[in-house]
Amino acid sequence: MEAAIEVTDLQKTYRGRKTGEVRAVDGVSFRVEAGEFFGILGPNGAGKTTTLEIVEGLRRPDGGEVRLLGRSPWPHSPELSQRIGVQLQTSSFFEFLTAREQIETFAELYGAGRRRAAEMLDQVGLGDKAATRCQKLSGGQQQRLSLACALVGDPELVFLDEPTAALDPQARRNLWDLMRGINAEGRTVVLTTHYMEEAEALCDRVAIMDSGRILAVGSPAELIRGLDAPTRVTVAAGQLSEARVKELARDEAVAADESSVVFETREPRRLLTALAADGALEGLAVRTANLEDVFLQVTGREWRE
Amino acid sequence: MSVAAPERTGAPPRRSRAYLSLIRALGLSWLRDRSQVFFNLILPGMFLVLLVSVYGSNATPTPEVLEVGEVPVLERAEPGDFELSGAADLDSALEAVADGDADAAVVQDGETVTVYYSQTDATAGVVALERLSGLVDDVNVAVLTEAAPDAPVLELVTDAAEDNSLQPVQYLAPGILAWGIAISGVFGAAGTIVDWKRDKLIRRLRLTPASAGTFVGARITVSLLVALLQTALFLAVAVAMGLRLSAWTWFAVPLVLLGTAMFLAIGVVLGGIAKTGPGAAGLSNMVTMPMAFISGAFFPLAAAPQWVQWLSALSPMRYLNEGLQKVVVSGASPAAVLPEVGILAAFAAVLALIAWKTFKFDEL
Repeated sequence: MEAAIEVTDLQKTYRGRKTGEVRAVDGVSFRVEAGEFFGILGPNGAGKTTTLEIVEGLRRPDGGEVRLLGRSPWPHSPELSQRIGVQLQTSSFFEFLTAREQIETFAELYGAGRRRAAEMLDQVGLGDKAATRCQKLSGGQQQRLSLACALVGDPELVFLDEPTAALDPQARRNLWDLMRGINAEGRTVVLTTHYMEEAEALCDRVAIMDSGRILAVGSPAELIRGLDAPTRVTVAAGQLSEARVKELARDEAVAADESSVVFETREPRRLLTALAADGALEGLAVRTANLEDVFLQVTGREWRE
Repeated sequence: MSVAAPERTGAPPRRSRAYLSLIRALGLSWLRDRSQVFFNLILPGMFLVLLVSVYGSNATPTPEVLEVGEVPVLERAEPGDFELSGAADLDSALEAVADGDADAAVVQDGETVTVYYSQTDATAGVVALERLSGLVDDVNVAVLTEAAPDAPVLELVTDAAEDNSLQPVQYLAPGILAWGIAISGVFGAAGTIVDWKRDKLIRRLRLTPASAGTFVGARITVSLLVALLQTALFLAVAVAMGLRLSAWTWFAVPLVLLGTAMFLAIGVVLGGIAKTGPGAAGLSNMVTMPMAFISGAFFPLAAAPQWVQWLSALSPMRYLNEGLQKVVVSGASPAAVLPEVGILAAFAAVLALIAWKTFKFDEL
């Protein structure tokens, strides 16, 4: 099956008077299959947005090649744009228009009718806000309207550039459900985000990006398994004698202070069974490795949001 | 994983349909912006009403005219045309005129009537001149009918004369209209560019099947439509203030469109430089205010110092003003304003080129 996106060795360098040369994208290659939910994860300034803008056809790369649904996104082609939906980082609306007028205008640009516009407004839960002016919507509502505008043309491929940045946790979860729904309808979704848990929760595959390069690509589970990291098991202090702690840890790492005991184990099942048998489960916390640890491993530095 | 994407039949809409929906959206957002509506549609009319009241209303005052020696021609004056009084000699009469105590002084030497009129109060002076001129014509007609065809004919000589006898509304209306067109063009384009830099709307629209060109075209169309609406409203106010529109007034349409295109180009250059909305407004003011003053928008250029008149040759607003003056007020035919049309077109072309070359498209 033909890939939805095929990106080969993208290069983009910005030359600023003050900043000098910045290699925003430095040899990026990846492939997104049709129907996939693909994430590009990285801290701010990693080059995610520039990569996305090149793939969308907003910018020309200095080098490398992009195939979008089998075609080059540059120069602009109405036929290709028709099959693609885009949500940019900033919500861009016509000033002084209501949510309904906004989405109807976008619908007309994609050759869709008013009924489709109204359906989309309902789908993102803004049916009762149709007569509200865009600028008066909350941040989450604006993002949902922007998402509706991206979907009104019934695209096969949807690009979402940090849609949940600057949203409160409730609004973020709300948007997650919408994004899952879009993918479940059979659309290919490409999402950039700097939230680890977002990438883990939504994406079939994730590309971890830093300093203009892709450092690892795979499903979140694969990437974490590849770390071969121990599971951290924490219980409250005072339930186990020092000798018993040593015995339970066998030869693995363990750390204790006055409030808690932390085991790092590769046999979590054995350890947890033994702890349960001892009745020492108070304050239990089990933490497996996550994408944060993957990031730490591939970049050699701590994740900062 | 491979879920088959749904079958789609939707084709991109025709360009003309996208263009029309964009015009509707942009026009609607323009109309709902009250500050735009005030600034573009109401302010120029307000200015006209205000300035006409300052320079003298249509109900012109009776000019005070000093009769130096015997001026037989004045015997035929209708009562109420002038407020006549005698003067001892020409020098004292001229002094009175210069001081503003009288609006004009008249001397008749045989067949020559000489009018000295005030420039301190241009309106009353001009009115005096106009009426005296009419009077002399009347006398000529009377003399011609009474006497033989070769009878002496009175000749009017005006001194320090501006030979136009325009009412304030007649010279103010084209000037303020040109200024109104300039501010909506320059401020509108500069503000729009700054908005686009901020909200990235154009970037978003570039990713729809409609091209960026269609969008920019729609935005320019909205500006041109606004300029026409502005012109129509403004001329309605001017007519209410006593302006009589010439039969060639319709030729203001191409002048206004050409002028708007030119001022939009200036606005694009300024919007490219400015970083914020207030910055764009400041730059626009910096360009339009001096331009208005050297273009004769608020006072007749002939009354300005020579260097201002020279400088005004560089101001595109002047040619719009003069072109409008000719077709709307003086009733000149479109052929007579071809030089203005040519100059405006040349300015528009050069400014558009500058805008195109200096604009950083990456910032949008």
